[in-house]
Amino acid sequence: MSLNLNPNIPDPDGFYDSLVQAHEGLSKTQSDAYNARLILVLANHIGDRAVLADALKAAHHA
Amino acid sequence: MPDVRYETAFKLYPYEKVAAQDTAPVRHPVVIVGGGPIGMALALDLGQRGTPALVLDDHDGVGLGSRAICFAKRTLEIADRLGAGQAMLDKGVVWNVGRVFHGDSSVFDFNLLPEEGHAHPAFINLQQPYFEKFLVDQIRVEQAKGAPIEIRGRNQVTGLHDHGDHVTLDINTPDGSYQIEADWLIACDGARSPVRDFMGLSFEGRVFEDNFLIADVKMKADFPTERWFWFEPPFEGAGQSALLHKQPDDIWRIDFQLGWDIDRAKELDPDRIRTRVDAMLGSRDGTIPDYALEWTSIYTFQCRRMEDFRHGSVLFAGDSAHQVSPFGARGANSGVQDADNLAWKLDLVVKGHAPEALLDSYSTERSHGADENILNSTRATDFLTPKSETSQIFRNAVLQLAQHHAFARPLVNSGRLSVPCVYDEMPLNGPDKLHAPHVSRVGAPCPDAPLGDGYVLNALVGGFTLLALNADVPTEVTGVTEADVTARVVPVPDDAITDDLRARYLGDAKSAVYLIRPDQHVAARWADFDTASVRAALRTACGME
Repeated sequence: MSLNLNPNIPDPDGFYDSLVQAHEGLSKTQSDAYNARLILVLANHIGDRAVLADALKAAHHA
Repeated sequence: MPDVRYETAFKLYPYEKVAAQDTAPVRHPVVIVGGGPIGMALALDLGQRGTPALVLDDHDGVGLGSRAICFAKRTLEIADRLGAGQAMLDKGVVWNVGRVFHGDSSVFDFNLLPEEGHAHPAFINLQQPYFEKFLVDQIRVEQAKGAPIEIRGRNQVTGLHDHGDHVTLDINTPDGSYQIEADWLIACDGARSPVRDFMGLSFEGRVFEDNFLIADVKMKADFPTERWFWFEPPFEGAGQSALLHKQPDDIWRIDFQLGWDIDRAKELDPDRIRTRVDAMLGSRDGTIPDYALEWTSIYTFQCRRMEDFRHGSVLFAGDSAHQVSPFGARGANSGVQDADNLAWKLDLVVKGHAPEALLDSYSTERSHGADENILNSTRATDFLTPKSETSQIFRNAVLQLAQHHAFARPLVNSGRLSVPCVYDEMPLNGPDKLHAPHVSRVGAPCPDAPLGDGYVLNALVGGFTLLALNADVPTEVTGVTEADVTARVVPVPDDAITDDLRARYLGDAKSAVYLIRPDQHVAARWADFDTASVRAALRTACGME
């Protein structure tokens, strides 16, 4: 499996809205901590080290 | 007069003048500098094999202070092979469980030895002086049986002259100085190795900017026999992390991570230490048990190793060759594996049964082990002491998630506790021609398993062995010999193969033949017995080609 960089999320506007809303009411410190937890949860779900390595790279080269 | 650098806990080898101090330099096959755990394990192993070993130590016994306290299963197996294991087990505090806290919360606990069928526990805690004493006790037993081991206390090496095929040592004693010669010199003389300095060899690595306070306290307390580790401890003055761990004699190891900019003298003030310890011990229910400070110390550490552990006729083992952070108990444990790796090779070379090149494999295999230990302990240190704001955020995110979700627990790193090194892809490895479990692959240390009234490791001692599991080895074949090296056959018929032995050595295979080195690492394995294959693998394992 390789990293999917094509559109993959149904209802993109809805997802984006939930992502931003999840941070509502959080301080910067709380938001940073939340983001870190979210990354770890998602990374574990992916699991595949090659995909994760590609994701780490892709985020750098945005 | 040799310098006195520390007080001793046990006076085990008082200075005695020997005749060689008044003669021309006497040549020894093997001289070991440093009578710590590594030097003594090596001397014991060599002596049992019949190779003379002379140990020079600048003191007359074991240094005071608990120092290394966690001895791992593999170390106990090695000590057991050397005859000193039972004394360690009897005295040591057995533990398998670790518990991790973050602030006030318990994050999770882990069991380091979740499977049955091993003679030894994952770890025992034992003060280093006992560990060394039990090795010396066993040396005395072997000496009485005629093993050619000699220990000279208060013999301080003050100079080294390298002649390529041997070295000359200048030695200082209470009766003045003398010289000896050594065909092989093994430097087990610690992190500040004088031998390394005499040879002008470098020791580069990474310094970690942190100070740790050790307070070993004597008290009667009902804390369980578990390794308790706190990230961001809730009690005052504990610093960024803290550790509580039981040792024999009602001694508890307490560790506080103090940070970099500290006033050492001030932090070692007993009143100040007691304030910290009170806060920690009282954090459970407000009561503080009576305790006495047994030993205190502040340490910093580095992760580094020598590029090569062999320099001609001089070899380095233990802290003289490599240093790691204490998280993971990878210092003394890896040094004992050095001795385990070196003894049989040196024995074969000294006896002329294997070429000198075999000793290069010591450096190759053990520097691989050192790299693994440095990598693990560096990662643990980075988790303990995040180096940036972001890594701190991730570290705490892991700890928060680990309280609720199993997936995050493997990410928590309070020190990856020492497991033995596997010599994957190393030059002495022979063929792996068996579809069998990964745990006993070529290069791996043999996993233990019940066999007969004991354990399989008890049968894999002495020289090379050939573990034949339900394999067709002619009954008259008791060993396979190549040049001067023999592998003794250890036959195990099908009905004697226990479930654990099968699971660890056979898997779905019907039969197996394992060629096992004297240090109990797998050299090669096949499904069936074939003399020519075994002989070829023996040549490879002894560096004959």
